[in-house]
Amino acid sequence: MSDNGPVQTRSPVLTVRRVDAYYAITVVAPQIAERFRSGQFLSVAVGGEQSSMLLRRPFAIHDVKPDYGGTVEFLFAVRGPGTAWLAERRQRDLLDVVGPLGRPFPLPRDPVNCMLAGGGSGAAPLFPLAHALRRRGCRVDFVLGAASADRVFSAISARRIAETTTFTTDDGSFGVRGRVTDALERAMDDARSDVVYACGPMPMLRTVAAVAARQGVPVQVAVEETMACGTGICMSCVIPVVGEDGITRMVRACVDGPVFRGERVRFDDVGTIPFDALGAPGWKARGEDSADPQSGVADREAG
Amino acid sequence: MTTDMRTRLAGRELPNPVMAAAGCAGTGRELAQFFDIARIGAVVTKSVMLEPRAGRPAPRVAETPSGMLSAIGLQGPGVEVFLQRDLPWLLSRGGRAVASVAGAGAGEYAELARRLSAAEGVEMIEVNLSCPNPAGGGLDFADDPAEAARVVHAVRSHTRSDIPVFAKLAADVPDLVALARACVEARADGLSLINSVRAMAVDPRTLRPAVAGGVGGLSGPAIRPIAVASVYRVHAALPEVPLIGMGGVRTGADALELLAAGASAVGVGTVTFSDPSACVRILRELEELLEERGADRVSDVVGAAHRPAGAPLGAVLGR
Ligand SMILES: Cc1cc2nc3c(=O)[nH]c(=O)nc-3n(C[C@H](O)[C@H](O)[C@H](O)COP(=O)(O)O)c2cc1C
Repeated sequence: MSDNGPVQTRSPVLTVRRVDAYYAITVVAPQIAERFRSGQFLSVAVGGEQSSMLLRRPFAIHDVKPDYGGTVEFLFAVRGPGTAWLAERRQRDLLDVVGPLGRPFPLPRDPVNCMLAGGGSGAAPLFPLAHALRRRGCRVDFVLGAASADRVFSAISARRIAETTTFTTDDGSFGVRGRVTDALERAMDDARSDVVYACGPMPMLRTVAAVAARQGVPVQVAVEETMACGTGICMSCVIPVVGEDGITRMVRACVDGPVFRGERVRFDDVGTIPFDALGAPGWKARGEDSADPQSGVADREAG
Repeated sequence: MTTDMRTRLAGRELPNPVMAAAGCAGTGRELAQFFDIARIGAVVTKSVMLEPRAGRPAPRVAETPSGMLSAIGLQGPGVEVFLQRDLPWLLSRGGRAVASVAGAGAGEYAELARRLSAAEGVEMIEVNLSCPNPAGGGLDFADDPAEAARVVHAVRSHTRSDIPVFAKLAADVPDLVALARACVEARADGLSLINSVRAMAVDPRTLRPAVAGGVGGLSGPAIRPIAVASVYRVHAALPEVPLIGMGGVRTGADALELLAAGASAVGVGTVTFSDPSACVRILRELEELLEERGADRVSDVVGAAHRPAGAPLGAVLGR
C-alpha cells in the first residue's frame, strides 16, 4: 500500500545453498529488493498453506542482488521443524515472504571509520551494511565471532569488503580464542573507529554497547527478539528502551527496531518490565506527552 | 449472482461481516501497509484501558500446534492516546472502529465507555471480560456471570444509547450459556465469542513455562472447533442476540462455518500474524463461497447449522 513499507509476496526460490553450518536461501522478490535498506529483515511462512506452524520465521536480509529484477538472500541454521522445512525447499518452490521489515541502520553522513561486530549467523545484516558504508566512502572493519570455525560467518566476503577482519571462536578453532567482545576494544583502537554497528545475541550486544560507551563511540545495535508477527501488531517482541525524553518504554523490536542506539537499550532489564517503565505496575502518569509509548524512540541519528 | 455482503449488528450496518479481532490489528496503521482497512467490516481495537500499560514480561508468545500461546498483558498507550492519535487515524482512513475496553473494575469500564462514546466515530463498544478481576482471586470477570453482568451494566449505562455494546466472552467458563444470558440481561446488545482459551506449554529444554506467568491464552485454528461450539450453543439458547464469532478463522470456509453456527459477523485474529492480508483474503473467499451457494445475502446462512437437515437456505428466516 505504501512505497517503502513492507510487501507480501509469493517468491520463487532461486537457490538453496549450504554455507558451513548454515543454509542460505535466495528468493526472487523485486519489490523487497528495491525497498531494502541494510538492517531490515524479512519473514517467511513455513510449512505450506495449511501448516500447523502459524508463526512466520524472521530472518535478517544478508544480500540483495539485481538479478531477475531483484533477489534477496537470508541465512539460517536448522533449529526446529520450521527451519527444517525451509532447508528442504528446492528451486522454483514458492515462499510466502513479507519484507522488508523494521528500521534500517542509520548511515553516517561523513566518511568515518566503522567497526562492524557480529556473532554467528546474527552477523548477516552486517554484510549489506558494509557495502552501503563503503559506497559512502567509510572505512569498514569487522570483528566476527562464533562458537567454532564452521559457524564463523562469510569469512571470505568479510575479508573482501573490510580493511581488517578479526575472527574469534569460543574453541579457538579459527582466529583468536574468545569472544567478539574480547577482541573488540583492541580492534577499535587499531582502526580508530568512530562508530560501532553490532548484531548478535543480547549478551554480546550488551557488552559491545558497554565497550563503545567506555570509548565514547556511538553504537547501533540490531537486536534479535522472538517475534510472532514481525509487523508490529502482536506486541510480543518488546524490550525496554529509553526514549529521548528519558522515559523507558516497552517498544517493539520488529517495527521500532530492530536497530536501536546501544545506550538506549536497557540490556540488564531485557525480559522484564522495569518498575520505572511507562505503564509498569504502580507507574503514575507524569504529564501529557509522557503517555505516548511510541514517542521518543523514533530518533536514530547517524554515528 | 452477487451476494449482498452487508450485515447488521444490533442496529449497526457493516458493509461486510469480516472484522479484525481485538488485539490482532495493532492501531490499524500496521495493517494498512498491506490492505485498505476501509474494505473490511470493522477494526476492533486492542483493548483500551484508562492508563498506559507496559504489559507482561517476555517471553510473551509461544507457537503450539495450529495455534499460539500468548500473554501480552494488554500493553497499550491508554485511552487518552487512543482518542488523540489512534482513533482519528483509523477514521481518517475510512475504517470503522469498534472500541474494545478493559479495566480493573466496573468503574473503570464505565469511565472508558463514557469517554469513548463522547468521541465521534466509535461504531460499537466491545467489553473484554477476559481480564483479571482484582476481587476475583485470580479469576477473570468472565468467570462469574454476576461480575460480568455488573461490568456490562456499567458500560451500557455510560455508553451513548445509539452505540451497541457487545460483551466478549471466554469459552472456558463453567456455564457459557448462563454467562451469555447474564450479559444480555445486563443489557448487552450482542455478544462476541470467543476470547483465547487458557492454556499452557512448558519449554522442554528449560522445563519452565513457555510464556512468562505460566498460563497464557491459546488462539488460532487449534481453538476453532471450540469457537464453533460456543457460537452454536449461545445462538441456540439466545437466537435473537447478534453474535460476532471468532477463534481460529483462517479461510473463507472457516468464516462461513461460524456464520452457519449462528454468528452475524466474524473476527479474524491470530491468522493476521501469519498472513497480514488475511482479513481481505478471507472476505474474498467468503464472498465466493456465498455466491457459489446462491446466497442472496449474508443473513441467509446465519444460523444455517441449526436448521433441520435438507432445509433450503433462508428457511430459518421464513423466506
Ligand atoms: C496477541 C493477542 C492479543 C489479543 N488481544 C486482545 C485484546 O486486547 N482484547 C480482546 O478482547 N481480545 C484479545 N485477543 C483475543 C482475540 O481477539 C481473539 O478473541 C482470540 O485470539 C481468538 O481468535 P483467533 O484464534 O482468530 O486469534 C488477543 C489475542 C492475541 C493472540
